[in-house]
Amino acid sequence: MRLAILDRGHRPPIKVLLAVIRLVSRQPVVDAVKLALYRPGFYGAGPLTHEAMRGPSAWSIGERELMAAFVSKVNQNRFCIAAHSATSSLWYGDQAMVEATLADVETAPIDEPLRATLRVIGKVTRDHSVGADDMRAVLATGVSPQQIEDALAVCMAFNITNRLADAFAFTVASPAAMNAGARHLLKRGYR
Amino acid sequence: MNRRLIRKRQPAATSRVTELHHALVARVLYGEGRAPTEVRRAAFDGVGLDEPTRTLVDKVCYRAHLITDEDVSALRTAGRSEDEVFEIVVCAAIGQATRQYQGALAALATATKAGDL
Repeated sequence: MRLAILDRGHRPPIKVLLAVIRLVSRQPVVDAVKLALYRPGFYGAGPLTHEAMRGPSAWSIGERELMAAFVSKVNQNRFCIAAHSATSSLWYGDQAMVEATLADVETAPIDEPLRATLRVIGKVTRDHSVGADDMRAVLATGVSPQQIEDALAVCMAFNITNRLADAFAFTVASPAAMNAGARHLLKRGYR
Repeated sequence: MNRRLIRKRQPAATSRVTELHHALVARVLYGEGRAPTEVRRAAFDGVGLDEPTRTLVDKVCYRAHLITDEDVSALRTAGRSEDEVFEIVVCAAIGQATRQYQGALAALATATKAGDL
């Protein structure tokens, strides 16, 4: 972590909470949690991310976790690729499908509506802009406008998180810690 | 098909997302912070900054995976506290993600306007 305040600058009650998390999970606290608990009155994007990832949507939790991993792959953010690949794999019970999607969305064993949606959020992330024709291509596969909006919310949440993870140099935790984090995200979400 | 009808038939998370997004933007731009509000606003917009803040904000927006320890320590050397650096980075990240999001929503609105579906 590049800023010491994000490692050690939390208020005393939060320091106690971090110690409890370490004790219960038997793993180091991942940097994303340390960031979320630092001055939540300023940043505190947990409720927004939770709504995008766990709020009502025609997309499943697994599909939204896959979108989060995919956006992170486009942004080349190792921490979030690892965290959300693990969470999506756990939800689907299919790590090979998640890995294939991140390797090549065009040949991955996923349905066309999801593939088209991943393509467009990938373009938003990579090129910073898309046009109406890009959206029409997704709609033509049967994805509803509301589903596109929901996917764009996931895309926004992870375009924020990826940038912070890179700027603050989140440490990619061990697979055991990432899997513990994935279980927590499926059980409790992002709040 | 009318877009309003589609929205009515499929209520989902987005309106709550919009509400939470607006609250987040308002908090980081105008809430209590250590960096001056004009610096936070400039970081959010990605324009009007002096070096070394300009380089860090530009990297947060367009190539965050290439940010180095030196990019961050340069702001500390220039007199910024860690909390100011934290706020500047957060504002830059949210600003760029917001522009991506709003641009994509505008493209979707164009694609789904009455008569287009």
